Amino acid sequence: MNEKNLKKKSLEYRKTILEIIFQSGAGHTGGSLSCIDILNVLYNSVMDISPKNFPNLDRDHFIQSKGHSVEALFTVLCDCGFYSKKDLNTLNQFNSHFIGHPTKKVPGIEHNTGALGHGLSVAVGLAICKKIDQKNNKVFSLLGDGELSEGSVWEACTTASKYNLDNLIVIVDRNDLQITGKTEDVNPIEPIDKKFKSFGFETISTNGNNISDLLYVFQHVPVKENKPTVIIAKTTKGSGVSFIENQINWHHKVPSKDEYESAISELNEKLNSYE
Amino acid sequence: MNKIGKPNLEVFSETLLKEARKNKNIIVVTSDSRGSGKLVPFGKELPNQIIEVGIAEQNLVGVSSGLAAGGKIVFGVSPASFLTARALEQIKNDVAYSDLNVSLIGISAGISYGQLGSTHHSIHDFATLRAINNMTIVAPADNFEAAEVIKQAISYNHPLYIRYGKKPMMDIHPLGTKFKIGKSIVVKKGEDLTIVATGETLQRAYLASEILKKSNIHCSIISMHTIKPFDKETFIEFSQNSKAILTVEEHSIFGGLGECCASLIAQNNINVKLKILGIPDEYMINGSQADVLDHYDMSPEKIAEISKDLLNK
Repeated sequence: MNEKNLKKKSLEYRKTILEIIFQSGAGHTGGSLSCIDILNVLYNSVMDISPKNFPNLDRDHFIQSKGHSVEALFTVLCDCGFYSKKDLNTLNQFNSHFIGHPTKKVPGIEHNTGALGHGLSVAVGLAICKKIDQKNNKVFSLLGDGELSEGSVWEACTTASKYNLDNLIVIVDRNDLQITGKTEDVNPIEPIDKKFKSFGFETISTNGNNISDLLYVFQHVPVKENKPTVIIAKTTKGSGVSFIENQINWHHKVPSKDEYESAISELNEKLNSYE
Repeated sequence: MNKIGKPNLEVFSETLLKEARKNKNIIVVTSDSRGSGKLVPFGKELPNQIIEVGIAEQNLVGVSSGLAAGGKIVFGVSPASFLTARALEQIKNDVAYSDLNVSLIGISAGISYGQLGSTHHSIHDFATLRAINNMTIVAPADNFEAAEVIKQAISYNHPLYIRYGKKPMMDIHPLGTKFKIGKSIVVKKGEDLTIVATGETLQRAYLASEILKKSNIHCSIISMHTIKPFDKETFIEFSQNSKAILTVEEHSIFGGLGECCASLIAQNNINVKLKILGIPDEYMINGSQADVLDHYDMSPEKIAEISKDLLNK
């Protein structure tokens, strides 16, 4: 998909994220908006994952370790044809499979996540599996930055390095904020790149809300043979809506009717500039 | 007199090696537990079917889940104590909730580690795992059960936890016995009381029944190797037709075999006496597995004595 269309999609996705959170009355607004461009590029330009090949294991794999940003993932999977918008609109309703974290009951979801620090080990297991089976597919995993305080993340890194998992691409959604405040105030995690490097990863930093930067970076992974790669994607929490950006309280705040309408008109204005 | 066999752990590793030779899809994951899991021969013969993650139980369970998600039949092997406590959240989310084909093998389970102390004991594993949806829990008693559960685990396709001790176990079951996960084995039938045991305490219950026979007391002995899903039908049938029920387990008296039986008795309005033997809620006494079980009233002699008291009350 060309860059212009991806950029338009990112704006449409943001509208859908806000719509389903507003309609269902719950969701992780800030984190979903920070990682949406990454998911957009992954599903529409990078990964070999589609509703058609999903039941087959000979394809790429995606584990969203920061499960709480599920509204972003649900939005992209819906657009990719895994299910209808009508199904997505059941988000958070009684007896719906569309809940506040990814579950495999929803088509296109690879693994049940939500508790932080779990996804990377699972991705490592999948990547080892691909190596055993001598398949060229890649395994992608999206982690939050606050999540990096979980020790199990670093356990997984040691194994990724030991088994030379150059088929493993980790993306850190570096939006600088977590529920309590700035990551560097809550429990400093910098220098993230040096940490991953010392655990045997090749590291790349990029702007995780810039489609062309993301396209460029994903064309150049894995960086090195026999080495796992981490992309530290610098993002803005709440990216794309001025009054939501970089606001701690928007971690899981639900927009009021006025806020929702104002966010949509802001996004529509941006969309109109593409016409 | 029944013959003393091998440690169940050895039977586990030998059986797994035999099966893995035939089935290249079987992958073992260890956390520096290759030696204690008796998997050194496995590692030597099938180096491409064993993954070592170092001392990192959470990672062991996560990596096992990923391998299973990729289509492998996975055996995650780690000391029962660390596996089911430290990595409990990974078991809950990545294996059970995600419904993956992972058999978690808790080695040196219960109080097998003896004098190494409470850090190394797993007297909580039945209780914690019973409360996790979609978990199956098996504690094999003798070499036969230890081997059969592994053969069935390969095609089980769902989360499974199996705990093994490391002392040689007495052969209880005669040739031709049928083993099925979820279905208990009636070792013997007697009209007076029923002793229900699980895992390595079965041989103690069995020896107790031999003592009781000399006093003309006839016991039924049930090997309740599967703690979950529980074989309610067999248990209810025996509790309706016995004068008393005695349960024996190498586990806390809370949340394990005994309380599961108590719940069934109460909820099915069965009028039968019940006594639960296990490890009480206290700072556990130090000693070998055998000494500790003896201390907490689980020697064959004590089980026999308690059985008599139960019948005489």
